[in-house]
Parts: sequence; structure tokens; C-alpha cells
Amino acid sequence: MSEKKEVIHTKIWNETPESDNPFAAAVCECAGFDVYGDLLGKISWIEYLYLLFKLEPPSKEQARLLEGIAVAIANPGPRDLSVRAAMNGGVGGSLSASCLMAALGPGAGAFGGGHEVTSFMALWNRGERDLEKWREAVTEHLNSEVVEVWPETTHIPGFDPYGASCSNVVLQTLKYLADIGVGESLVWLETNRLKLEGVAASPLTMVGVAAATFIDLEFNADQAEMLFLLLRLPGAAAHALEQKEHGWRKYPFFGDGLTLTDDPGPVAE
Amino acid sequence: MDKKKMSGPQELLDREDNWVTDRGAWFVGERVVLRGHDMFSELFDRSWVEIWYFSITGRFFLKNQIDLFQRLWVICTSYPEPRIWNNRVAALTGTARSTAMLGLAAGTAVSEGKIYGGQANLGSVEFIVRARDLIKNNGLTLGEVVESEIKTSRGFPTGFGRPIINNDERVPHALRLAKELGLDDGEHLKLALEIEQFLERKRYRAKLNIGGLTAALCADQGISAKEFYYAAGVIYSAGMMACYTDAAEKPAGTFFPLSCERIDYEGTSRREWEN
Repeated sequence: MSEKKEVIHTKIWNETPESDNPFAAAVCECAGFDVYGDLLGKISWIEYLYLLFKLEPPSKEQARLLEGIAVAIANPGPRDLSVRAAMNGGVGGSLSASCLMAALGPGAGAFGGGHEVTSFMALWNRGERDLEKWREAVTEHLNSEVVEVWPETTHIPGFDPYGASCSNVVLQTLKYLADIGVGESLVWLETNRLKLEGVAASPLTMVGVAAATFIDLEFNADQAEMLFLLLRLPGAAAHALEQKEHGWRKYPFFGDGLTLTDDPGPVAE
Repeated sequence: MDKKKMSGPQELLDREDNWVTDRGAWFVGERVVLRGHDMFSELFDRSWVEIWYFSITGRFFLKNQIDLFQRLWVICTSYPEPRIWNNRVAALTGTARSTAMLGLAAGTAVSEGKIYGGQANLGSVEFIVRARDLIKNNGLTLGEVVESEIKTSRGFPTGFGRPIINNDERVPHALRLAKELGLDDGEHLKLALEIEQFLERKRYRAKLNIGGLTAALCADQGISAKEFYYAAGVIYSAGMMACYTDAAEKPAGTFFPLSCERIDYEGTSRREWEN
């Protein structure tokens, strides 16, 4: 074994070992705060979440904003693609971890998932809260030909290509979060929503609201994506457990829903 | 103000309980069709690797091409090395006494890396196909293409250079395999080797890596960047399972345990939370 041991470099976490066991921690610090001797009982889960990512305590308003978006996206509901994936784990009797991993598959996507959050943020940065620049950014986005592992999408990130108008739940969330008054993105989004929807020819979605929230909280794109993935898991977990109880017989199979266009037909024995 | 008409939910309404596909289906209790072929008769004698590539591409490949694909995935990506990051996930899952499928799935997901694995695989074929096209159809020189790639990507072309070590021990064996199968005379392979020589002449430390080589070999068989990326989704599985089973069979938690002192804290000094 080498003299100098390799280490994990971190600004997030420090540990003091127990005197009798170098593998057991007596004290754990997060960004300088004693987690079990000071933070426990003093701070909320949302404040701790913010601290983990930002390494500084949030202001009251920032904590309220992060909590607001956390509640808003905690359960996208059983029709959501990520929750449906989790429920497919549940009805087949898959493991709990499998259900959460299942939710992360579609939940990461460029359509309604984590990758759309980062795409929206890139669009937002190019748009610079200027309608003309926003228009150019949208055109540029639609014409871009980046080769990447994410499948191509043809919609504007943060807007619903199948929408008829902005849904009530999105409007309610946007108003609540914008009124908290952290940053300027949510307010600008609320003020200019109709114009932006005109440019996108589609209504704003919760993904757009979440992304604008993360921008106002000054999270970078990677942090925003990670938080979006994480904060949408509670609903997936709960719905997966519920459908596990119900079982596959009570869950849609789309029995008559599939049409095969390239069918050789039954093969003669 | 822009007043474009919103599409509305018509497409979703049309698709409700209505999935139309040419990829295949299960006729309950009767038969299975994959891309227009009956599983129990037409596909009965095919190997799993042939079905894997057929499912992805819709094409059947010649025997020597299938041999090339599967043997590349033996010598190139089935390393039973638990220190490699994706394999380490499988080993950690084993030592944590979690399940094999979770280890395999998590390790496979992690294989979609940028410096290796999924993203690199996609980029390798994309680059070599684009480079060939630029040289053959747009009249650029090899040097112009490579220098421009280095400038735009601020790194070496994908498929060249390697984390940890520059030399890739798999390359001569993969070349030997291609030669043995008579598949070593394709244009993409030739170009990849020429690019390596160019980088060497220019004193860049970026030799052709196995990702770049397999990408070129597969591009020569008509595999696109996306098809290569899809097909490579499972190629690390054999190595991962070796790492998983090894860790699962040894005492729990003993795979490279870390003591508290292995955390090198570089953050803010001790402070108190004020409410």
C-alpha cells in the first residue's frame, strides 16, 4: 500500500473519527456546521438541502422559494411519464430502488424531465430577459444540430407542444413563487408569459417555472438538473407503492391499444 | 406580439390507447414479432448478438461482422476491473449487499460517461464519419479537420487520448481481430490511423483509443453514431458482473473502505447556525 493515501477532496463534508474506530464518525460537519450537534433540530430539510448545494445558509425568502418549488414538483401525478415508470416497477413487484431508478429514466428526459430544465436555462441565458433576444434564441434552438446522447426534440424547452393554454396549476405556482420576490426571473416570466408563449406557440409548463426558480436561486444548470430529478421522486415513490398494493390486474395494460404495421402473420407449422 | 396558434392536445387525443408501431409485438399466448420477423421461426436460430443489432438497426449483418462486434465487446469492454468507475458502482453495490440487477443497472447508467462509455462512443463515430465526409466531399485536408476539431472542442477529437494513460493496450488486439475477420480495410479505420499519425507528428499526446478504433471499425460496417451508442449500452456488463459477484461474496462493506481521514475537507471552518 502506498505511503500517501488517496483522499476525497470536498468543501461539503468533514468528519472527526471516534477515538476507537477510524471508520466511525464522532462529528460530521456540513460546510462548517456541526450536523448532529448544531443543525439537527435547528434547520428545516429544505434549508439543509440548500446548504448542501450552496455551502451557505439560505435567506428566509430563498428557503421559502426552494420549499415552494419542492412542494410544487414533489408529485407530478400518476399520468406523468416518470411516475408511470415508477408505477410499472410497483405493479410488477420490483424493488423500491428499481421504482426510483425507473422514475429517473424518463424523469431525466428532454421532454418534461431534468434535461429540459437545463435546456430552458440555456435558452433563458441567451434570451437575457429581452423578447427580441428570446425570439432569436428560440430560432437558434430549433435549428441547432448538436449530436448528443439526448434524443432530438422539436419543442421549445419549458413550453408544452401539446398545450392549448397555460394550465391553472402552472399559473398558481408561478404567481406564488414570483410573489416571494427572490431574483427577477420569475417576475419577468410572469409579466411576459403571454408574449413568450406567443413566440413558442405553446404554453408555459411547470418545467419552465422550476427552471426559472432555480435561476432566481442562483443554482447553476447542473445543480438545477440534479434538484429537479431529486425533488420529483417523492410522488414517484408514493405512487409506485400504491400500485404495488393494487397489483398489475388493476393497472392499465393498453390491451387493445397497440397496432402492428409490419406483421408477417401466423407462420404455418 | 406573436400570435401563433397553439397546437393543442389533438396529437395526444389521437394517440390515446393507440400506439402504432413497426418494431414488434407480443400476440398473447401465440407468437412474437420483431421488426416484421417471427421470433419462433424466422429468428429462432439467430444469436442474441444478432438480435441485439437487428433490434437496434433493423438490419442483419454478415457472420464476420457479428463476430467482429461481439469479440470487440469481449476484448475491449469486459474488463473485470473494479477500480474503473462504472465497474466500481457494481462492486460497491455488491459490497453493500444490494442486488445484482441494481448494480448492473446503476453501473450501466454510469457507463454513459463523457470521458469514456456512452457519450464518448457516440462522439467517436460522429467525429470519424464527419471527418471522412469533410475530407472526401468537402475537400478539406486531414490536418484542417483535426486542427479545427481541437480548436472547437478545446480537446482532442473524440476517440483519441485516454484518461489515466495515453497508450491503449487493446488497440493491437482489436486490429489483429479485424485483420483475422477480413474487416481491416475500411475507409474510417484507415482515416483513424492516419489521424493518429498526424497527432503524433504534431506531438499531441493523444493516440487512437479503443473507443475511436471500434467506432471506426463499426462505421465501416455501416453502423451510425446513434446505432453504435445504442449497441454499446450493454458491452460493459460482463466485467461488471465479475466485480459485483466478487464484492458480494466477500465480507460486507470491505470493498476499498474509507476511514474518516480519507476525507480532505477544503471548506469553510467551523461555525454555528444562526436562526
